[in-house]
Amino acid sequence: MTQLIWNGLFVGAFYALVALGYSMVYGIIKLLNFAHGDIYMLGAFSGFAMLGLLGGLTTSASMLALFIVLVLAMLVTGLFGLGLERVAYRPLRSSPRLAVLITAVGASFAIEYGMRLVAGPNPKVYEVRLEGTPLHVLGARITVQQIALIVVAVVLMLGLQYLVMRTGTGRAMRAISQDPKASLFMGINVNAVISRTFFIGSALAGAAGVMAGAYYGKVDFLMGFIIGLKAFTAAVIGGIGNIKGAMLGGLVLGLLESFGTNWLGGQWRDVFAFGFLILFLVVRPTGILGERVTERV
Amino acid sequence: MAARVSSLLGSRYLGWIGLAIAVLAPFVNATPYAMSVFTSAALFVMLAVGLNIVVGYCGLLDLGYAAFFAIGAYTSGVLATRYGWPLLATVPVVLIAAVLAGVVIGGPTLRLRSDYLAIVTLGFGEIIRITANNLEVTGGPSGIYGIPSLAIGGLDLGGRVPFYYAVVVVVALATLGASRLGRSRLGRAWRFVREDEDAAEAMGIHTYKVKLAAYIAGAIWGGLAGILFGAQLSAISPQSFTFLWSALILMAVVLGGMGSTPGVVVGAVIISVLPELLRSVADYRYFVFGILLIVVMVFRPQGLWPHRSREPAPQTGPGADAPEDTAELLRKVGR
Repeated sequence: MTQLIWNGLFVGAFYALVALGYSMVYGIIKLLNFAHGDIYMLGAFSGFAMLGLLGGLTTSASMLALFIVLVLAMLVTGLFGLGLERVAYRPLRSSPRLAVLITAVGASFAIEYGMRLVAGPNPKVYEVRLEGTPLHVLGARITVQQIALIVVAVVLMLGLQYLVMRTGTGRAMRAISQDPKASLFMGINVNAVISRTFFIGSALAGAAGVMAGAYYGKVDFLMGFIIGLKAFTAAVIGGIGNIKGAMLGGLVLGLLESFGTNWLGGQWRDVFAFGFLILFLVVRPTGILGERVTERV
Repeated sequence: MAARVSSLLGSRYLGWIGLAIAVLAPFVNATPYAMSVFTSAALFVMLAVGLNIVVGYCGLLDLGYAAFFAIGAYTSGVLATRYGWPLLATVPVVLIAAVLAGVVIGGPTLRLRSDYLAIVTLGFGEIIRITANNLEVTGGPSGIYGIPSLAIGGLDLGGRVPFYYAVVVVVALATLGASRLGRSRLGRAWRFVREDEDAAEAMGIHTYKVKLAAYIAGAIWGGLAGILFGAQLSAISPQSFTFLWSALILMAVVLGGMGSTPGVVVGAVIISVLPELLRSVADYRYFVFGILLIVVMVFRPQGLWPHRSREPAPQTGPGADAPEDTAELLRKVGR
């Protein structure tokens, strides 16, 4: 029981990190960024490449090396997300919604198969593997590394919360999500803020990618597809466009999956999660924390 | 010259020309390999035409179209191999299954913002594939073998060439049907919903019902294509129905021109035959397809062969093109 809860929370923390970027972008420009899961994959691969470059150093001080790699990979994915927005999404900002969605699918495809060209179709194995001796807490097996990853995830989320609620950029982001045109009239540099949003969201996804790579030890070019879907599910459960909602949704989805897997068996895990998404859209499409959004004409 | 090409492209005989090309293709090259490429291309046309109803006519993004394809293939495959039904007899069951799936997925989702549909269909595609992978009745990861070939009455259509012609007949009817549907009263309602959902609602169109109708029509086209797919390969497995398929079908629709039947047919033929011609650069093709989607959307959103309306537009008088300018202006303002 405690083991199930712990597993759920642990996986949920990953979902939450990826869901945050999804939710932020959706909240600001109402775009479902299908490529978001692939940016997570990109983070995992850039982490892999950097660990490869560091080589022998990693074995001695693996935790520190991993931390440096994490920060660098966040920078890489953040910049990539920024570039993606500039090239693929900005020219279409005033086009019909369908056009942008299709572009996002194209971007996702291009990133996946571009990575396949660069890294090859076979899964890669991380040089650092976070496996430690488990501690037993209330009957659950918990490793120090798991706790470290959770702490990193929580710190990142708290940092984001601070950024959005306490800083000028955050205020601008919230203003744009309410009314982009009025924000423009009020002197907010809308394009710059949207770029920053993409940077932050992509960096968080990249962090989750590196952490997943280090924990599970294996990365492949399609790993972002399912997690992208799951992150969207998490964002919907929490209330899309809502930052606390994305965190909550991630944890709720993690727990649900953990219990669902225990109940139905591991092969039904994804079916369970997506079935839940559909159910949630029927019962409460605004999510747990979401407010009712009316579309203005 | 340009005008002549233009009038040729808009010709009423276009469908017959396309059909003639399809009928004559085996006379050019009837090797087993060529026939399998032709048959796959024809099936791909049917899928693209079906997806075009959803994406092109109604403007709903369906990213799990392969799911309906899978439902058709598996329903008919299971009935044919486990219960010994002839393939033709499975058609009504497949229709029911496809419509049911369309209602289950479209029903709740189409009430929400249209972008939710995209992601829910993406999830639905995965649900169907994983379910087929896990269930016993669908043969698990190895799928179903020994699906019988098509036979009508005592006439066996199992040979490569007869089967190809049977597929061409079905696909031609499906294309004609979709195109007629697009020009019907319902089709006009679809286009209206695509252009401006609120205005359509205000004009008395029940947008939810109309969207659901488009989604279900797409499901039917996909399901029927699935039967033919099973009959062609005689074996199906969950690997045949990944997201890659859904994305490729979408690519055909977008590349050809959303909402334009001739465009979509050409797009489907290009997407399905091109990889056969470019085997040497196979590794690059999906990457190129992805880039192509972005490029088409940014520079030519109407596709290679855009839809043109058959209703004569009032083009006399000085202010004839004013409405278009207004629309352009509104788009620039970012309304």
